[in-house]
This record gives sequence, structure tokens and C-alpha cells, in this order.
Amino acid sequence: MTSLLEDLRERFPEQVRASAEPVSGQVTISLNGPDATAVVKHLMTEYAARLASVFGEDRVAAEGVFYNYYVFDRPGDASWVIVKAPIPADQPSFPSLAAELPAVNWQEREIQDWFGVEAAGHPNPRRVALHDNWPDVHPLRKDFALGTVLPPFEGERHVYRPTLGEGVFRIPVGPVHAGIIEPGHFNFAVAGEPILYLQLRMFYTHKATEKLFESMPIPRAVFLAESISGDSAFSHATAFCAAIERAAEIEVPARARYARTILLELERIANHIADIGAIATDVGFGIANAHAGRVREMLLGLHETLTGSRSLRGMARVGGVRRDWQPLQIARIAPTIDAVEREFRDLVALIQSSDSTRDRLEHTGVLRPEKAKTLGVVGVAGRASGVDLDVRRDHPYAAYAKLEFRVPVYQAGDVRHRMQVRIDEVGESLRIVRAATAALPGGAHRAPAQPIPPGRCALGAVEGWRGEILHWVRTGEDNRLERCKVKDPSINNWPAIVEAVEGNIIADFPVINKSFNLSYSGTDR
Amino acid sequence: MFHILQKTFSVGVATADYPRVPARVAEEFRGRPEFDFAAWRDARPAAAACPTGAIEIHDRDGARRVTVDYGRCIFCGECAEAAAGGAVRMTREFELAASDRRELVLTADYDLHPDGSHAGLRGTTRLSGAVDTAERAGAAIRKLLGRSLAIRQVDAGSCNGCEQEIGALNNPIHDIERFGIHFVASPRHADMLLVTGPVTRNMELALRKTYAAAPEPKIVVAVGACGISGGIFGTNYASLGGVDAVIPVDVYVPGCPPRPQALLHGILLALGRLRQSQ
Repeated sequence: MTSLLEDLRERFPEQVRASAEPVSGQVTISLNGPDATAVVKHLMTEYAARLASVFGEDRVAAEGVFYNYYVFDRPGDASWVIVKAPIPADQPSFPSLAAELPAVNWQEREIQDWFGVEAAGHPNPRRVALHDNWPDVHPLRKDFALGTVLPPFEGERHVYRPTLGEGVFRIPVGPVHAGIIEPGHFNFAVAGEPILYLQLRMFYTHKATEKLFESMPIPRAVFLAESISGDSAFSHATAFCAAIERAAEIEVPARARYARTILLELERIANHIADIGAIATDVGFGIANAHAGRVREMLLGLHETLTGSRSLRGMARVGGVRRDWQPLQIARIAPTIDAVEREFRDLVALIQSSDSTRDRLEHTGVLRPEKAKTLGVVGVAGRASGVDLDVRRDHPYAAYAKLEFRVPVYQAGDVRHRMQVRIDEVGESLRIVRAATAALPGGAHRAPAQPIPPGRCALGAVEGWRGEILHWVRTGEDNRLERCKVKDPSINNWPAIVEAVEGNIIADFPVINKSFNLSYSGTDR
Repeated sequence: MFHILQKTFSVGVATADYPRVPARVAEEFRGRPEFDFAAWRDARPAAAACPTGAIEIHDRDGARRVTVDYGRCIFCGECAEAAAGGAVRMTREFELAASDRRELVLTADYDLHPDGSHAGLRGTTRLSGAVDTAERAGAAIRKLLGRSLAIRQVDAGSCNGCEQEIGALNNPIHDIERFGIHFVASPRHADMLLVTGPVTRNMELALRKTYAAAPEPKIVVAVGACGISGGIFGTNYASLGGVDAVIPVDVYVPGCPPRPQALLHGILLALGRLRQSQ
């Protein structure tokens, strides 16, 4: 790891200052100025590093600067590499990378919106997180109060790219959708049935989550982390706890690491089965969804037995898990998993026996591997398009280093393979739950509560069922946080839907969208 | 085709008979926290532990008023752990829906000690009695809406946790259609709006428009801690809080998220109320 730093210092002596204080599992490289372009490019070309996240922080009151952070991971190394670039408060601007790295398009614009720091040279510098009719505010600046009452909306709402040409129509959908799903706006341009292009408008459910993290004590913030994306309550809360634990150097007892593993995999299984059923529904094979819904209920019953909540809420805790399990609770895991496995096998066979279903799923909504890589797509959608990433394997946490599992990767990138990744992963997850339950160690289920030292920065990472979840924290005084950056995999993957739908008929949009199944709330926060 | 039928017959009827038969709920399920106000010597630890501010303390002139708001509660159990002497206990009750927001708030008045603890319970106000639902509401649906109630679900800013449970109403276990209730794609076809929150600044207009588009008579059910009060998000620069900050609400369904049976209870309660008011 020192070699990476030495290499960067040698190559960019003017720019690379030093590594910040060592924290296990992450390397922070401080730059001298706002221009991270050369270092970022070098990391990507020489180290095959992947830029996982870009975000900002307001340190103007404390240090007189804003910071941008560029989070990388690289093949074969479990440590995260974080490049930290200061931006002077009196000249709040940094050179944009979005023209060359489309993956950071939205994230750089978020920095503009939240902090009022300009991404100079951005190819599309319009607002992304704050809707156009918001006043000129930057909510994550420290001098902006959480409770600020903003004036009523005025001015023009978002202007979409014009839809031109003979026989070309625009179809606006949302934010209130037809099903029981979250709000967002899809603006289609169609020529007959095929989709020419899709424009997205998100952030309808923005509810100040990152700002709220700065307002509450850490134990309470765990519950806020559960409400970032309700379908990933335990994954997000665990990523948050992992960040705090890394910052405060808290050792999580083995029993808690295994318990976390079991719950994370149960969350994955329940959501994957629901998605498989929902994909079948969207091509008219509703009976499969009925079975999937039934099997999912078996799992939610187990969730409730293990955590008191069908959604796995109220279980995450810094330093371990909130509640210990009694033998009777543990005894419920294996029989439920066996029953789910039998039912799941039948469900998959049912779907695969239907030629008309397969016909609708194959070659539909193709996301090509090179596009997926360029856009920084992660998780299920990435693995269906050749992106071989899995935080569980690449940056082991909880008990994953001790457990064997396979990471399915396909190249086809269509709806069928996004479903296949889920099918394969359910099988792997069932095995993990079984193995982790059998190996569940005794001992404490949590580390003793301890005050969290201020001024520490750390990253927590979890492979949620949807993909890579990152939480980055800076701890503050009085057991509070100065900053919590939340990256849901959805923020990486939305732009990929735009690519995947092009040329498909509009009637296939629901199933394409469902095959990604991204979180609006996780995106909007 | 044969496989499909074979599977269907081998499974048989999966649907649970709630509310005719009580819901099957795990022993560990955390429902309504119960407060033994007379035994509760000090409300401060529980109030400090509550992540959403559902327990509030107001001290004035030697008196303490403690309020407990089930409309803010996320059923995490922190209060029960923090309160000494078993004064707060988690129960498995989940049928908490109320047609009056005030019914969700308990109040206890105490004498205040100089050391900050309290004693001498002066009195409490409690939830009004649960309204019987199934029989009455069944009649109400048949009478008013021709055995068919159409619901438009509106996510006005939720974390999608409530959507998971609302979606589960359509699975074969909970099967809401057995009551003649179904979800529709447009508010113009809806008798009821089932709204989750907190209502965000960016969803306010969409919620108002959706409400305006639903024909009269219409019922609004606010779902979950966030739909009732803003929950852990409260009100802030981006959140307006609960649904009733924007449109009138007929029934409130506590939970984080409310389990499907709790939603069903709230929906049936709302239908009973519609009959009363007509």
C-alpha cells in the first residue's frame, strides 16, 4: 500500500501531499489543490482502479476549505483508496471529470447542488438533486440550517430535451406511477412503439437524510440509516455501523459478525425472490409472482422471529447486533431455509418452463458490458453485464472472509440475465445462511457501548442485495457526526436504464425497469 | 401448463383468514409499547432513547406531563430497554389505526421531584377503544361501493419500507382482493388514497394533484410513522412532515412499516367510518 502512495508522490510531487492518518482497510491520499484529474486518471489506467463514488464536504468553518473525495477500489486489494482534494472557499470550483468519466455525471452535479461548488467544464451542469424551481440554496453547507423554511416554488419546472420529428411523440410518466412503487419522472420519446430516448428526473423523495445525520447522536442515526431505502434497511444500517466501527476501531465480536451475515443474506434472498416474481408479472406470468409472494412471506416470518420486524429493523447496532438469539430462534432458520429452497426450485422451474416468458425476457433491455463499465454500474445489474464486483468478496466484512460463495457474472446484459444473476445468488445465499448458522459462534453479540472519538473519517461498505452500498462518515463531538455520505447502488445504476431501454418497445419498459429495480429513496435520500 | 396446475393444486389455499382469525405473529414481533404510567418513575431515559421523539416531557411549575405519540413511534423497543422497572413493555398489538390523530397520543401528568424523577401520577388519557372492523366494514363496502373499493397508492416521499408491506397485501397470504378491494393505476379510478410519507417538498404538488384527481367521495389513509408525522425525518427544509400537512386524512395507520394486517385493519376501519359519515 505504501508503494501506491510512494508512486503517486514520485509521479505527482506538486500535487500529492501525504496520506492522512492510517485507518485499517482504507488509504487516504491528500492532494494540494482541487484538480484531481491527473491522479484519478493515473489510478484508473495504471492500477485498473474503479471510481466508486465522488462526494463533497463543507469544512469551511473548520479548515477554510471544501473537500472532494474520490473513492476507488482496485482488483486484488481489499483496501479502499480515497483521494481527498481541498477546494478553496473563496474559489469554490473544481475541474469536472464527467466528460471523460460518465460515471460521475450525477455525482459531480450533486456536489454543485449540495455545496455550491462548481464542477467546471461539466458537459451538463444543470441541477440534478435540487429541482430547478428550488431557490438558490446549498443544503449541505454548514451555514444552511436543517429546519430552513424555503419559499414556495416559483419559476419554470424542469425543461426536458425537446422531442422532434415526424411521428415522434413524448410520453411523460410520473412522478406518481401506476403501481405500488416509488415516485420519479420518466420522459420517453417514442417513434411508434420503439423508445428513441428516455430522460429521467429523480430526487422527488429527497428528505434531507444526509443533513439529518449531522443532527442526531450516533445510536439514533442507526435508525435513520434503516430508513434510507426500506427494502435494504439492514444493509444500509450495517454499512453505517461498519463506517463508525472502522472510525472508532471497534472490534465486532464473532457472533455478531455471523449474525449480520445471516441477516444480510436473508435480506438478499427475500428481495431477489420478490424481484423474480415481479419480473414474471411484468411479462404477464402472474402465477409465478403468486408463488414468489408466498415464499417471500415464509422468509419475512423468519425475519420477524430473528429481529422482531419483517423488515429486519431494530437489529443493527454499532459494535454488533442489538439483540442476541435464543436457541429456539436459531432453530427456526434451517427448516425455513430448507422449505424456501424447495419452493424456490419449483418457482424457477415454473418460470423456465414457460417459453412465452423466456421469449419476453431474452434480448430485452440489453446493457452491454462496455457501457456498464463506463457508467460504473454495480451490483446485480453490473454482474449481468460482465462487471465482476462484489463487496463481500472484494472487501470482506461481517463473516464473509470465512465463508465460501460464488459470484455469478454474465455478459449478455438482458432482463433474462439480470433475473439469472438473482436466481444464482439466491442459491448461494441459501448456502451462506446455512453455513453461517451452523458455524454461529457463542460469546457476546455486541461490543460494549463506547464513546466515538471525534475527527475520525472512515468508509463502511456492504454488498446490499441491489449492489454496493457505501457510507462515509466524519465523526464529531458528543457522539455525533460531522458528515455522513450515503451512496446507494441505485445512484450508479439509473443512467444505465436510459441505455438499456433504447430501441426497446415501450411495453417492455416496466420489465426492464423492474429487472434493475432501483431504489428511488436510496437515490434521492 | 400441467406443471402450473399441478403446483397450484399441491399448494392449496395459502390465504390467511385475518381478521376473522387473529393474525399469526412471531413471539418476537414488536408491536405497541405499553406504558405502566403509575410504575414509571422517570421518563427521561426512555425519552432520550427514542429515535423519533415519540416520547416527550414537558416540565412546568412542579408538574410533569409525559406524552407518548404512537403516530411517531417506529416500534424499535428502545424505550422498553431504557425504562427501569419494566414500566415500558413491548406488546404484540398492531391494530393501532385511528381516525382521529389525537387518539394516537397518550398523556400522563405527574408531580415533579427536585431530582428530576417523578411520582404521584395525577391522571392519564388513553387511546379510545378499538373499533370492530370486519363485520361492519364488510357491510359498508357492499352498501356503498358495490363490494368494490379501489385504492390508489401514493408514495409521497417514503423510504419504500411501507411500499413493501402494501405490496404484500396483493400476495396470496394477505390477498386483499378477497374483500373486494383492489389497487388501481389512476387516482381517477380510486375511492381511497393510501399515502405514505414524509411528504417531501418535491412531492407536495403531485400529492395535491392526485388528491384533486380522485372523485368524491374519497378517503385518505396515512400510512406509517412518516405518513402520520414525518417519522424520523420530521419536518425540515425538504420534508413537510405527515400527509395531513397537505391533504385531509381520514385514518392513520401507525407502524414502521405497518405489517399487512395492520394496513388491512386501517383500511377496513376507514370504510367503517365512511358509512358513519354518510
